[in-house]
Amino acid sequence: MLLSSFAGKNYIKMAEEKKLFKVKIDNISVEVEPGTTILNAARQIGGEIVPPAMCYYSKLQGSGGKCRTCLVKVSKGSDADPRPMPKLVASCRTTVMDGMEVSNITSPEVLEARKGVVEFLLLNHPLDCPVCDQAGECHLQDLSYEHGADSTRYEFKRRTFDKVDLGDKIKLHMTRCILCYRCVYTADQLTEKREHGILGRGDASEISTYISQSLDNDFIGNVIDVCPVGALTDQTFRFKNRVWFLKPVDAHRDCENPKCCGKTVLWMRGNEVFRVTARKDKYGEVEAFICDTCRFDKKDVKDWIIEGPRKIERHSVISQGHYVNTVKPKDALVEVLDGRQPKLLFNIHSESQVNRPDIDLSKIHGPAHSDDFKK
Amino acid sequence: MGRKLLLDKAHIEGIRYYDTYRSNGGYAAAEKALKTMGPDAVLEEVKKSGLRGRGGAGFPTGLKWSFIAKPEGVPRYLVCNADESEPGTFKDRYLMEFIPHLLIEGLIISSFALGANSAYIYIRGEYAWIPDILEQAIAEAKNKGWLGKNILGTGFDLEIYVQRGAGAYICGEETALIESLEGKRGNPRIKPPFPAVKGLWQCPTVVNNVETLAAVVPIINIGGDEYIKYGTGKSTGTKLISACGNINKPGVYEIEMNISVEEFIYSDEYCGGIKNNKRLKACIPGGSSVPVLPANLLLKTAKGETRMMTYESLADGGFATGSMLGSGGFIVMDEDQCIVRNTLTFARFYHHESCGQCSPCREGTGWMEKVLKNIEYGKGKMSDIDLLWDIQRKIEGNTICPLGDAAAWPVAAAIRHFRDEFEWHVAHPQEALTRNFGLAHYADPLPAPVAAV
Repeated sequence: MLLSSFAGKNYIKMAEEKKLFKVKIDNISVEVEPGTTILNAARQIGGEIVPPAMCYYSKLQGSGGKCRTCLVKVSKGSDADPRPMPKLVASCRTTVMDGMEVSNITSPEVLEARKGVVEFLLLNHPLDCPVCDQAGECHLQDLSYEHGADSTRYEFKRRTFDKVDLGDKIKLHMTRCILCYRCVYTADQLTEKREHGILGRGDASEISTYISQSLDNDFIGNVIDVCPVGALTDQTFRFKNRVWFLKPVDAHRDCENPKCCGKTVLWMRGNEVFRVTARKDKYGEVEAFICDTCRFDKKDVKDWIIEGPRKIERHSVISQGHYVNTVKPKDALVEVLDGRQPKLLFNIHSESQVNRPDIDLSKIHGPAHSDDFKK
Repeated sequence: MGRKLLLDKAHIEGIRYYDTYRSNGGYAAAEKALKTMGPDAVLEEVKKSGLRGRGGAGFPTGLKWSFIAKPEGVPRYLVCNADESEPGTFKDRYLMEFIPHLLIEGLIISSFALGANSAYIYIRGEYAWIPDILEQAIAEAKNKGWLGKNILGTGFDLEIYVQRGAGAYICGEETALIESLEGKRGNPRIKPPFPAVKGLWQCPTVVNNVETLAAVVPIINIGGDEYIKYGTGKSTGTKLISACGNINKPGVYEIEMNISVEEFIYSDEYCGGIKNNKRLKACIPGGSSVPVLPANLLLKTAKGETRMMTYESLADGGFATGSMLGSGGFIVMDEDQCIVRNTLTFARFYHHESCGQCSPCREGTGWMEKVLKNIEYGKGKMSDIDLLWDIQRKIEGNTICPLGDAAAWPVAAAIRHFRDEFEWHVAHPQEALTRNFGLAHYADPLPAPVAAV
C-alpha cells in the first residue's frame, strides 16, 4: 500500500519531468516520448514517410523485426552519440534517441533494400490474387504495388503447401504465407492456449498445428484479421464475394463475452451480411479484437445496431464501390427514347436459374453451387 | 616450436581426468583467482590480456564482460557456446573431448569474475558423446569441491549444467542459443536488448566461446601482462586453428599469432604442405562464412606485405582483398578444387540452416543455392553471375542475425575473386561437367602496388 502509493507519486513526478525526444525522419521533426520506436514516431508524422510494415502489429507485444520491409537508415544515432548506425535497422523494433536522424524514403539505400525485401517476399508467393479472398485488402499487394519490381527474376518452381482446414471456420493456405508470426502472437496473447505455431525451418517453415487439429478458442478468429496476406481466411466468407463489391458499415452489439468489445464492421451487399471483421485503422491494424461469436455466428442484420458507413481510404480498391455520397448517374436512355421505357427482351431474374435474389449467398456453406439455386 | 598455452599439456596421458589434470598444474588458476584475487582483479587481468572472442567475431572479452548489467537481486548467467557447427571448425571439440577440465576451470574463473552462480554449456547436438565426458568431468570437479556451494570456503557458489542442442547451426548465434536453452524454437532475438542486459530468462548473460573461456585459465596463471607478449599487436595470445582440406597434416593446431600464413600451410610443424605436391589454389582461413581468398592474395596482402595469422593481417584490405580469422576453421584447397562447387556446397548449407524468421535469409539463401546449382551443372547463364551478386548484396546486412551475412560473404568473395571460373562454367557447360578450371592465374604474383602520387 505504502510502496505502491509512493511509486504512484514517483510516476506522476516522472511524467511531469518526462522529456520528449526530438527525432528527425526524412528531415521532418517530431517530438516523441522516450521508448517510442522509429516506426511509431514516423506514424505520428504520417504520410509517405511511414515505413511499410508486414509483420509488426502495434496491438501485439513482441511482434515485428522479421519481414525487414521497414528497414531505415539511421544517419545520426543521437545528440550524445552522433555516429550513424552501421547497418539499416528495423524501424519497428528500434527505439528513438534524442536527436536521432533517420532517412527512409530520402535514402536510395533504404529504397533499394526494400525493393530487395519485396522481391524476397514475393519469391515463393503464388501471386494467385485473382482467386484469393484477401485481394483488395492484402498488404502484400499494396507493398508490391508500391515498392516491388514489375517482373520476377526467379526462374524456379515455387514452394507449395497443401491447404489445411483449421477447424470449420478458418482456412490455412500456407503457400501464401509470409511468416510474419502475427497469428502466433495473437494466439499467445489473446487466447488461453496457443494450438498452432511454426514447424520446420528456413524456407520449409510453416504455420501448423503439428497434428491436424482445429483451432478452437473464442478469440482465435482474430488470426484472420491480423494475417497480412490470404494465408488465413474466413471459411464462412471464402469465395462468397470480392471485398470491393461489399459495403463496409460500422456496427455494434452487446456481446455476452466480457473480453469482446462488440464493435465491428459488417461487410454487406444489400441487406445481406457477408462477413464480420474487426475495425481496422489506416495501417490495417484492428482497433479492438472481437470474439468468434460476433465474427462467425452473427450474420444477420437484426443482430446488429448499424452505426453508418465505414470510412475507407480513398485510394483503396474497396472504395471503388462509391457507396458514400453516391450520385446516381442520370439515366440517359429515357431521355433519348422520349420518355419511353427501354424494352427488355426478358427479365433475367425470372428466366435464370442462378441470380435468384431471394437466396442469401452469405448463408450458403462454402462456395455457391448451381444446386443451391435449383427451384 | 611455437609456444603453447592451451594444448601444452594435451599430450599427457589421462589429462582428461581430474587427478592427472590437477597433478599437472590444473586448477591452480581457479585457486589463485578465488583465493587471492577478487572478481574485479580477474576482470582487470582479462582486460589487460587483450583476449578477443575466439568464436569468430573477435570482440574483446574483457570489454564484453564489463558490459554485463548488475541489477540488485537479479541472477547473472554465464553461457558457454559449444555449438560449434561452422563447416571447417572443430577446435572446441578437441578441447572438450581431451581437456574438459580446462574448460571447467575457465568457467569457474569466468563465473567468479561475472558473479554468475549458474553456468551452462550449450553443446552441439551432433557432438553426442562429449556431454558424457563433460558431465563426468563436472562430477569429478564437484567431488573435489570446485563446484557446488561455498567453493574453497570463499562463499562463491557455482553449478555447471550441460545442455545438448538438437542439431541447428543457427543455435550458435548467441540469442538463438539462449532461446533454445530456454526450451524454445531457436530463433535469434532482435537486438537490442543485448544478452548482457536481457539474456537467459531475461537476466544479464554473457555468452562466450569454449576456447575463449579456456584461454582465461592461462591468463590468470601467467597474468595479463605476460599474455600480451604472445602474439602480435591486438591479436594477443594463442589461437586454436582447425586445419583441413588438401593438406598433408589436417588437425587442430595451437599457433602463437605471430606466424605467417605461408609458414602455417607449408611448415612441417603445422599443415605440412599441400597434399600430393599439388599447388595451392585458394583458402578459407576462418570457417565457411568468411571470404575465400585466392593463393596470391592469401600469402601476400594487396599491399605486398606477408600475410600473418592474426586478426588484423587476415582482415587487411577489407573484403575487397582480405578475409577474416573468424573461428579458425582453416580450409585449404588445391588446384583440383572447383570454386563453384565449393560455393554451392556452402550455399546449400546456409539454405538448410536458415531459421526462416526473416525474409531475406529465408528466401534468398534458397535462391542462391538454386542459381549456383544451375551454374555448376551446366545450365547457367552469364546473367546469373550478376544475379547472384545482387541477391547476396540484398541479403547482407539486412537480416536479424549474422547468418544472413555468413551466407552472403562466401558467395560474394567467390564471385569477386573467381569470376572467370564462374564464367568458364557458363561458357563451357559440357566441359565443366568433366573437368575443373584448374589453378589458372590464381597463384600468379599480384602486380606491385603503385604508390599514389
